[in-house]
Amino acid sequence: MSDLLGRNYQPGEDIVTEGEVGDCMYVIQQGSAEVIRTEDGVATVVDTMVAGDLFGEMAILEHTVRSSTVRAVDPVRALTIDRKTFLRRIQEDPSLALSILDVMCRRVRNLDTTIAHLKHQLAELSANPEGGSPDGSPGENAP
Amino acid sequence: MHDTKDASTKPGEQGHEKVEEEAVRILTDPGSWAKHGSGTDEEGPRSETNGDSDNWKLQPGNRVAVIGGGPAGSLFSQFLLKTMAHLDIDIDVEIYEPRDFNFCGPAGCNHCGGVVSESLIQILGTEGVVLPEEVVQRGIDSYVMHMDVGSVRIETPLQEKRIAAVYRGNGPRQSEPASIAGFDHHLISLARSAGAKVRQQMVTEVDLDEGRPRITCADGHRQTYDLLVVASGVNSALLGLIEKSGLEFKAPTAVKSFVAEFKLGAATIERSFGTSMHVFLLDIPRLQFAALIPKGEYLTLVMLGDDVDQELVESFLNAPEVRSCFPGNRPPDNACQCFPRLNLSHVRRPFADRVVFIGDSGVARLYKDGIGSAYRTAKAAANCVALHGISARDFHYHYWPACKKIAIDNLLGRCVFGFCHLLQKLRFARRSVMRMTVIEQRTEGAIPHMSSVLWDVFTGSAPYREVLFRTLHPFFLGRLIWNLLAANAWKSGRRNRELSTP
Repeated sequence: MSDLLGRNYQPGEDIVTEGEVGDCMYVIQQGSAEVIRTEDGVATVVDTMVAGDLFGEMAILEHTVRSSTVRAVDPVRALTIDRKTFLRRIQEDPSLALSILDVMCRRVRNLDTTIAHLKHQLAELSANPEGGSPDGSPGENAP
Repeated sequence: MHDTKDASTKPGEQGHEKVEEEAVRILTDPGSWAKHGSGTDEEGPRSETNGDSDNWKLQPGNRVAVIGGGPAGSLFSQFLLKTMAHLDIDIDVEIYEPRDFNFCGPAGCNHCGGVVSESLIQILGTEGVVLPEEVVQRGIDSYVMHMDVGSVRIETPLQEKRIAAVYRGNGPRQSEPASIAGFDHHLISLARSAGAKVRQQMVTEVDLDEGRPRITCADGHRQTYDLLVVASGVNSALLGLIEKSGLEFKAPTAVKSFVAEFKLGAATIERSFGTSMHVFLLDIPRLQFAALIPKGEYLTLVMLGDDVDQELVESFLNAPEVRSCFPGNRPPDNACQCFPRLNLSHVRRPFADRVVFIGDSGVARLYKDGIGSAYRTAKAAANCVALHGISARDFHYHYWPACKKIAIDNLLGRCVFGFCHLLQKLRFARRSVMRMTVIEQRTEGAIPHMSSVLWDVFTGSAPYREVLFRTLHPFFLGRLIWNLLAANAWKSGRRNRELSTP
């Protein structure tokens, strides 16, 4: 694996860290990683990435800090895509943005599913405050 | 064949209102995109031969022939089929490729050094094309530049392997069967997965059948298509045949380069070359540039210059700077070699009605990143065909700008390589460049002025325009002059030898 493309990350190693300034995005070449979001000091796994998945694109499109931490679950090999290279190519070939839109569409769809599931659970909890969660699992894209 | 008067009044003069109108139409009626493309029909007939605009768009059931299954042909097929699927238009794409890329040696090889540039690797990653383990023979993370005044290693800014050394076929001649796959095999497999049909036949004739391109194969198979895409490169006889076909096409000029494979074994390559490409700027007549590229069991030599021949190859391999790279100070006999042709110019008009030339057959980047320019022309042609049309005028407005950009950059590339050539000739200039680069590489936090210029020239990662402008920056010039004086002052030779970091 050491002679292959990209950079290697060990299990448990952070590829990007929430709150850091970023100027590149990543494509996983091998392995899997989890996306972790911290709210009020509580870390929650919100998604899992596998080979071919792209992340960190928000840092390229917006000049903001990383919104989540992405941590290697098993040995991960990831390729970095520079902001400059990406923006230069997108100027020449705007259709390249479709791949980013694809990623974002998939995320929005997953978020919709998760929100619907959580709202459903909340409604059930409101109707039956002492009954607790019916199955305890918030949705397929959430921890 | 093409109305140049219309051409001179088109894209730049449309104005924002027209673009906005187009955007509103496409967004409010997505179906109109497939039917009318970007709405250029109102500006007159698409061709001198036929004014019916729908006749110049691919319709469901239309057939497209792609001659050549190298990177340009395979990527074009993949992009076209994907975009047409988005538009819900079902077409047939047939790739004519006589080679079987699963063969070792020349029978399965497209004759190239096999380096996929840093910028292309990133863009392919964004496109969702991940190069699997068996395709990448070695990830490259640094370059070692060798000159008679010393050697220096230039590290990639991110210390990450973002350049891929690949085989175009299934390894060199007589190489042992191994679990490897060629780059071209991988791309043509992706095209096949996207729906392209691959015909292992050799095209021997191209002509027109009532205005539509018709191809004839060596086995007598003859077929008329709605669109012909020529991606055969400059190393096949096909371009010569097309020149005689009446398509008003003139093949690009090309020179001979040299590619050879040396079997050294994986352990020796790891020990002697690691994950670095070794490039040579030597004062050998007719030699422009040479590189040693480490792969799995083999080391690939690529030489570019003024019609490279065996004599030049021998001169290069006997140079002390080259011999010292090999174990035992002597390169072994090569296992496989070829003298592929390399574009030196572009086709002035790489399109006609229903015909388009992509990759090396049309425009290629000068000396570097030919696979990258194959990707760019393939993508531009696929977008033009899917979203605009297949007339000469469509190609002129929506495909030619991408080609022109590469061609203009090549002109500036000639200046960049002119400087490199000067560097090869002037020893005091070589000392200065060596000193500046070594200091940048040794000093933590130093701004890599010279290193980044050399990196981008060697890797082909940035346009030549950008590289050239960077060298004209006053700060770069100031540092260069300072190093010119420092490197050639008292005891300079000894100091430079001390500075070298092989």
